[in-house]
Amino acid sequence: MTANGWFQIFLFFALVLVCAKPLGVYMARVFEREKTYADVVFRPVERVIYRLTGIDETHEMRWTEYAVTMLLFSAVTMVMTYAVERLQQFLPLNPQHFSGVTPDLAFNTAASFTSNTNWQSYVPETTMSYLTQMLTLAYHNFFSAAVGIALAIALIRGISRRESKTLGNFWVDTTRASLWVLLPMSIVVALLLVSQGVVQNFRPYDHARLVQAQTVTATSADGKSSTQTITTQNIAQGPVASQEAIKMLGTNGGGFFEANSAHPFENPTPFSNLIEMFLIFAIPGALTVTLGRMTRAPKHGWAVFAAMTVLFFAGVLVAYHAEAQGNPLLHGVNQQASALQSGGNMEGKEVRFGIANSALFATVTTDASCGAVNGVLDSFMPLGGLVPLVNMMLGEVIFGGVGAGLYGMLIFVILAVFIAGLMVGRTPEYLGKKIESFDVKMAMLFVLIFPLSILGFSAVALMMPSAGLSALGNSGPHGLTEIIYAYTSTTANNGSAFAGLSANTHWYNMSLGLAMLIGRFFMIVPMLAIAGNLARKKLVPPSAGTFPVTTPLFTVLLVGVVVIVGALTFFPAVTLGPILEHLLLQAGKSF
Amino acid sequence: MANTRKRSLWDGKIFRRAFLDAFVKLNPRTMMKNPVMFVVEIGSFITTVYVFRNFAAHHHSLRFDIQITLWLWFTVLFANFAEAMAEGRGKAQADALRRAKSDTVAVRVLPNGSTEEVSSALLRSGDVVLVVAGNMIPGDGEIIEGVASVDESAITGESAPVIREAGGDRSAVTGGTRVLSDQIKVRITSNPGETFLDRMIALVEGAERQKTPNEIALNILLAGLTIIFLLAVVTLQPIALYSSAPQSIFVLISLLVCLIPTTIGGLLSAIGIAGMDRLVQHNVLAMSGRAVEAAGDVNTLLLDKTGTITLGNRQASEFIPAPGITKEQLADAAQISSLPDETPEGRSIVVLAKEMYGLRGRELSEMQAEFVPFSAVTRMSGVNLDGRIIRKGSTDAIAAFLKENGSSLPEEVRAVVETVARSGGTPLVVAENRRALGVIHLKDIVKGGMKERFAQLRAMGIRTIMITGDNPLTAAAIAREAGVDDFLAEAKPKDKMDLIRREQAEGKLVAMTGDGTNDAPALAQADVGVAMNTGTQAAKEAGNMVDLDSNPTKLIEIVEIGKQLLMTRGALTTFSIANDVAKYFAILPAMFVATFPVLAVLNIMHLKTPESAILSAVIFNALIIVGLIPLALRGVGYKALSAESLLRRNLIIYGLGGIVAPFIGIKLIDMILTAVHLA
Repeated sequence: MTANGWFQIFLFFALVLVCAKPLGVYMARVFEREKTYADVVFRPVERVIYRLTGIDETHEMRWTEYAVTMLLFSAVTMVMTYAVERLQQFLPLNPQHFSGVTPDLAFNTAASFTSNTNWQSYVPETTMSYLTQMLTLAYHNFFSAAVGIALAIALIRGISRRESKTLGNFWVDTTRASLWVLLPMSIVVALLLVSQGVVQNFRPYDHARLVQAQTVTATSADGKSSTQTITTQNIAQGPVASQEAIKMLGTNGGGFFEANSAHPFENPTPFSNLIEMFLIFAIPGALTVTLGRMTRAPKHGWAVFAAMTVLFFAGVLVAYHAEAQGNPLLHGVNQQASALQSGGNMEGKEVRFGIANSALFATVTTDASCGAVNGVLDSFMPLGGLVPLVNMMLGEVIFGGVGAGLYGMLIFVILAVFIAGLMVGRTPEYLGKKIESFDVKMAMLFVLIFPLSILGFSAVALMMPSAGLSALGNSGPHGLTEIIYAYTSTTANNGSAFAGLSANTHWYNMSLGLAMLIGRFFMIVPMLAIAGNLARKKLVPPSAGTFPVTTPLFTVLLVGVVVIVGALTFFPAVTLGPILEHLLLQAGKSF
Repeated sequence: MANTRKRSLWDGKIFRRAFLDAFVKLNPRTMMKNPVMFVVEIGSFITTVYVFRNFAAHHHSLRFDIQITLWLWFTVLFANFAEAMAEGRGKAQADALRRAKSDTVAVRVLPNGSTEEVSSALLRSGDVVLVVAGNMIPGDGEIIEGVASVDESAITGESAPVIREAGGDRSAVTGGTRVLSDQIKVRITSNPGETFLDRMIALVEGAERQKTPNEIALNILLAGLTIIFLLAVVTLQPIALYSSAPQSIFVLISLLVCLIPTTIGGLLSAIGIAGMDRLVQHNVLAMSGRAVEAAGDVNTLLLDKTGTITLGNRQASEFIPAPGITKEQLADAAQISSLPDETPEGRSIVVLAKEMYGLRGRELSEMQAEFVPFSAVTRMSGVNLDGRIIRKGSTDAIAAFLKENGSSLPEEVRAVVETVARSGGTPLVVAENRRALGVIHLKDIVKGGMKERFAQLRAMGIRTIMITGDNPLTAAAIAREAGVDDFLAEAKPKDKMDLIRREQAEGKLVAMTGDGTNDAPALAQADVGVAMNTGTQAAKEAGNMVDLDSNPTKLIEIVEIGKQLLMTRGALTTFSIANDVAKYFAILPAMFVATFPVLAVLNIMHLKTPESAILSAVIFNALIIVGLIPLALRGVGYKALSAESLLRRNLIIYGLGGIVAPFIGIKLIDMILTAVHLA
């Protein structure tokens, strides 16, 4: 670890911290329908949208209507995405003449983008046409993010409203999230990324002659080896910058290219890397401020922010430390950091980012359910790979996905308040709302679905040698990590891949697709039920006897509950995966 | 009764009964009400079956298997024992109450005036009975004729008899109490099986105990955690199989039982029962557990001034003479006029004069004085003695008295009267013949220690409001002296009701005490309404608690008991969950170290063998339930602190302590097991 590395990590976080308040306050104003500078531009557009679609913007929805509307909206757009994928060969903007996507992959991809996961079982530049990428995938990048923000706002309203039956209007929240927040930021950032060299065009792929011909020897299944000399290279093109901005800002993470943010056309410079990492945390960080403002408890917002910060730095510390150590099995190789080299474990990392920015990116992208990568997680040291896995296992609440991170964290807040709240000698209350059996029931359902999907699917996959285990690229604990990582990443709606698992099979496409839908929608419904139930309650005025949710002590408690509830469930799986691999590696064994 | 109530935690009789009950409670239908312990029972059952199977097959790990199975059964039994202990204390009390409930012969008065003897069990609501000295009152009722002294020790534990009379707020009598003198006619107000005594027996016995809202919510959390850990353990086997390290059913069930929150699951109902029991020990009967929980949540306490905040009576605190009169003259006249006055105020004047000026009480009979008692018409009292006509009374009354004698009240005296009234006191003007001598300052005396208690309550976020019939000026002064947060002056029953409604509309929970029939609506409206046992039947029915000692200050203790109950629940839940960290570090390495020796580094406690590690964790898990029974029954240490300080204190003790304690405990058990060669 170097001072320069830490400087860059702190620089990144300072940027997040500084922007949290203005952006958070702005979002609060947008969703409370107060005046903002952007109204001049977007208010007329919004009116036109409502007039065309016949939406009554003054209509208030109960939680059930909010949930059903959201589910229908997601279902319809998911079916549309599936259709476009299947029919892309008949549709325009397909210069590479890709054929229709297979049914299971099309399902998996539709589920993936609808659920804000962006798990990619395919190689985008050889599978998806420009139209598919722009019309359906980029569309979901915007709207799955907007839905996430809307849901978080609905939960915040549930907490702050008193004796109210309704949570707002799903259509209005989603529209305002897109118009006021996602769209303007995406446009600015796309231009910024273009300035760094990210491409933005509709050209067919370039053919380039290699400066140096490459000879490749391949061994086929029957044992024959063939040698091939390669002299040209296809260089994929496309409208990348516009998609890149929303990919990060909406914590989507689905790359335009297979290599994702490691690809020079997606993430060409250390500065673009900083922008992309900042975009991941920008909205989730700011939403805590929105929470504080809308509940009239700004300090509570910051206490939640602080809990996320503690967990974030714990992850960075472990990942950066693990990667900077280098690989103990590489004897006689200089892995020291110096002016000429990054040192540490550089396998699978981009030289332009180095150890610190790769470890930081991996932590950030899995803290928030983004899933974009700028290096290969499979090549991380076992403990470096443990961090992304654990980040996701904690439920994607360390800043988390746009909206999803906040509402996930707030469920933990409710549990923390319930478990420890009794210790102040009052029945548990959260910001003046009593936490009662219905809330606990729904919160436990929310918490239960998560390990059920991850451990359930993993166990089934592990018990099926043909469908489950044959897709593994590695054996032993590393193979176990690959499977568990896949189900964790999809259930947590992260979408990052550990690689090493050939997931484009019938079983994995279907089961991972289901995991994504379960991880998103099965968890949203109980969350909204809590929001609806909290909104109905009376507000108990705060006093010296009220459970404190604004203090450092509360931050410590919240971190403890997130870690204990998360870690206790997955501790056995993690022990037999990355931890065992780490110990075996120290003993000189690799997989 | 009074002495039986303070019973020790480990009373031999209760202990023996609880021991047997622990086995009776193994009945799956009983166990099903407690999902956490039910899972443990199922686990124990499965391992028992496997022990017999392995026994037949001469399995090599039989010794370990049998030990695990025994300890799993112990875990269930210990939890049952905890509950039985808590219930046992109530049951012992119920037995004592039942003895008071013996069948008696009642004298029923028929509508035509004649009487007949019937068994008390046949009395119905509406019947009128005659109870003479020496007889037991056959049922709850209202005195409609007569006055009597009644021995209520069967209910209150208090041996001094109390006066009960028809009309007013002291007309209620309770079945099972005894009339000591005189005779009364009582209209029975309850049917057999529904009397106060019956309800009391059911309450202390826990027969009608229903889970409180917070207990239900906590049970859902515990059941949820149990399902999550069940999931973690069930899916562990495929992972273990993949890793070529399959686990035995004994190990998997051990892990499950250690992870699910058995500590709080086993003690939860004991905590609830013990909370009710603690109230009973304070001579308070809560009609529902819900009320006890609400007591912990109370935001506002409504306290009656007289008897709660101040001593029942005003006392003389100062003599302020009129111009030209010495203090001694005033004190002397005041004392003489008060000598025959048997009211507490009168006596306090005599005492003050004696203390301050050494004036000895004189016998009026020797002085041939004529006493003029207080009357509602003259509103003064005094003596006529050798031509001296001494009067004391309210300002208006004395002014009228002086005017009658052709004199008037000096302006200076009026000014003094104003000052005294403004400071919260009651001025009493003394006049002799045609002259006003001065003013006696009668003061409300705030009970000792009240100010500190209110400060504590304030620290806990509870606001106290004093209710008084005094004028606002006086009320404000007393409120300031007592340190209450607010007051309601010139309060009529309706004002009290409005105040409660107003507080509740703001989302606050309100507690109050009351005894009169006109308190009943407010008692019913309050979230915690404590009726005095001396009060009317209407008041007792409207409230959700009854204080057998009829001590209104006890409301504060009730709030503390409610808080302590909730804190105990929270503390043990936190402790139970925090325990899991250490158990993982004991069991996980033990499960896989045979296949992967590198995992030995996770065995941070350096437990001797995999078997001893797992066994130690299971034994710790069982023993901690027994170890915490006293805490569950007594409640966690309670201090009046702000929520922030309480949370910090309890998080360190039960959160951090919950993480650390099992590391030490498991290590110790492992050392013992190794020493005695059990593993």
